[in-house]
Amino acid sequence: MTQSQEKSRQITYVQAVNEAIEYEMANDPDVFIMGEDIAGGAGRANLGKQDAWGGVFRLTKGLIGKFGEDRVRDTPISEAGFIGAGVGAAATGMRPIVDLMFVGFFGVCGDQIVNNAAKMHYMFGGKVKIPITIITSTGAGTASAAQHSETLYSIFTHFPGLKCVSPSDPYTAKGLMTAAIRDDDPVIVFNHKLLMGRTVKPEMGKGIGFGSIVPEDSYEIPIGKALVPIEGTDITLIGISYTTLVCKEAAEELQQKGYSVEVIDLLSLSPMDNETIIKSVMKTRNVVIVDEDYPRCSIASDISALVAEEAFDYLDSPPVRITAPHTLVPYSLPLEMEFLPSKEKVVEAAVSILE
Amino acid sequence: MTNSKKTGIDKSTALWMYQTMITTRKFEAECRRQADQGKLRGMHSSIGQEAVPTGICAHLKDGDQILGTHRSHHHCIAKGVNLNEMMAELLGKATGTNKGKGGTMHIADINKGMLGANGVVGSNIPVAVGAALTAKLKKSQNVSVVFFGDGAVGQGVLYESMNLASIWKLPVVFVCENNRYAEATPFEYSMAGQSVAKRATGFDMPGINVDGQSVVEMYHASKIAIQKARSGEGPTLIEAMTYRYQGHFGADPPLTYRTEEEEALYKSKDCIRRMKSYLIDMGYSDEEKILEMDEKAQIAVSESVKFADESPFPNLEELHTEVYVKYE
Ligand SMILES: Cc1ncc(C[n+]2csc(CCOP(=O)(O)OP(=O)(O)O)c2C)c(N)n1
Ligand SMILES: [Mg+2]
Repeated sequence: MTQSQEKSRQITYVQAVNEAIEYEMANDPDVFIMGEDIAGGAGRANLGKQDAWGGVFRLTKGLIGKFGEDRVRDTPISEAGFIGAGVGAAATGMRPIVDLMFVGFFGVCGDQIVNNAAKMHYMFGGKVKIPITIITSTGAGTASAAQHSETLYSIFTHFPGLKCVSPSDPYTAKGLMTAAIRDDDPVIVFNHKLLMGRTVKPEMGKGIGFGSIVPEDSYEIPIGKALVPIEGTDITLIGISYTTLVCKEAAEELQQKGYSVEVIDLLSLSPMDNETIIKSVMKTRNVVIVDEDYPRCSIASDISALVAEEAFDYLDSPPVRITAPHTLVPYSLPLEMEFLPSKEKVVEAAVSILE
Repeated sequence: MTNSKKTGIDKSTALWMYQTMITTRKFEAECRRQADQGKLRGMHSSIGQEAVPTGICAHLKDGDQILGTHRSHHHCIAKGVNLNEMMAELLGKATGTNKGKGGTMHIADINKGMLGANGVVGSNIPVAVGAALTAKLKKSQNVSVVFFGDGAVGQGVLYESMNLASIWKLPVVFVCENNRYAEATPFEYSMAGQSVAKRATGFDMPGINVDGQSVVEMYHASKIAIQKARSGEGPTLIEAMTYRYQGHFGADPPLTYRTEEEEALYKSKDCIRRMKSYLIDMGYSDEEKILEMDEKAQIAVSESVKFADESPFPNLEELHTEVYVKYE
């Protein structure tokens, strides 16, 4: 066993993000974090209740005890206010992490993200940097209905000036969170609720601890680079965040059927690792893109266009997109399960290509 | 409390208010049981806050619209939304108020004047202003009432909405249910000035602070506000002081951010127990008849579960319908 393996262990996605934030806060006094109930029990230190929540997903649990309320700031429910304040603090020398609890709430503070965070560096001739990290939660599968269950990646990747990353397990969560905080541009980190252990269907809860040998030491996963967790030669499955898990499960089943499957874990949505995608597709000649987002103007469409433009001559079949349908997220369990991309849908698509 | 105020509520209204509150409480308790059985997927309990919408809805008609939040079962029941359809919605059934598409945070029934619960904090406030604008433009004499939590007071859209409603003299009542917490954040921390009611001053509308654990107080305060709105004199802001007895959502243990003493203090001012005494004091009812009302509530709730259990889940095609009215 090597030194670094010895210092690795299985931890949850939530712990992994927590470690990344803690390390950066300990090593860079300019890093601070704010958001709703990021600690919880604000103002109740005297009652020993100032770390009541540690964020809705417990990503920041324990940090206020280590770094104090100056650097771990509970906010009122004022997303436009505190995310805008994060932009201002970033412009003037801090490295804020701000929590947009659910991505569906971006509408409340979209102006600050797309008109200020994304644009100030460019508009001001490169003279101002905005090293803010926005963390947010995504995804269906938790009975949270239409407003609390979206992924909305493509809304943000649409805007030049924003970087977007979507980890798929504890290992990538820690590495990408670290890279996001250290990056000099605004970075949005999309954390999927199912990967953070939230679920109403136990079989979906395996996100906890999934695939996750996580080094104790700090490390970065470079923004803009995909990973290839499974190599193969017959078909490429491309996953984003939770759908990478779906792709890996589908790959297992397809392998049992005798196919050689390659899985790409996209990780970075903007910039996107076009090279890894093209290289893989040139090799396998077939591709299925699995994206939980709405299908119109999505990352899946973007990849499909990329493949069509740059690897057309290599393709044995048209690129296939498995996405959510062009509809909203329903509450009722059978409808919600139908909404989500599933292993079955991916396997079916792959088999119909390869048969 | 003065007697004249007390006697201002007639018997049938008073009995309706008690029945509404006890039905709500039993409904919420049943929801909890359904959640524990894994049938109902996640909810925010309104137990403790029943008096707020009940006192207000006593003055409303079907044509008046109310709007709610993520925590809105009590609003729905007070406005007369059908219990069977509510429970069916919560279990994700096709017979639910929203055909199973909306769930606990989005119950709506426009025919009953429930223009919808909304999961985005503050998001419903301007929609209520819009409903009031319709009432004014159509001269319908209808009013709209929007409920929001102390947490929503942090959202800028509240102030845009109050300003619009005031300059246009719209028939809307803004009702802040100040239950002292937004998730785990106490309002003493998040709210400068410590008062929602005071914020009305700058918008040139009355701002009143009411004991929201007293349905009698709620009734009287909202009577004035709704009359004012209905007669074209513009909006009012009501801050109803209340308390949620349970955690923010099902699994939240509230003692991580508040104390047992505090919980006991607010529970000692329970709205249902106080209304019981009121009914007896006024000679409107007695212990025995109150028990009958309690039983009636329990029967209605049990029936709602039966109805929901026997209802089918929506067809999978329902996933794709009603995104638009028409889309070709
Ligand atoms: C815009 C927005 N931000 C954050 C949330 C997450 N959230 C849901 S309920 C809640 C607290 C709301 O507190 P309050 O308004 O006081 O209502 P209460 O829960 O006490 O009824 C928060 C922060 C949300 N739903 N919408
Ligand atoms: Mg509250």
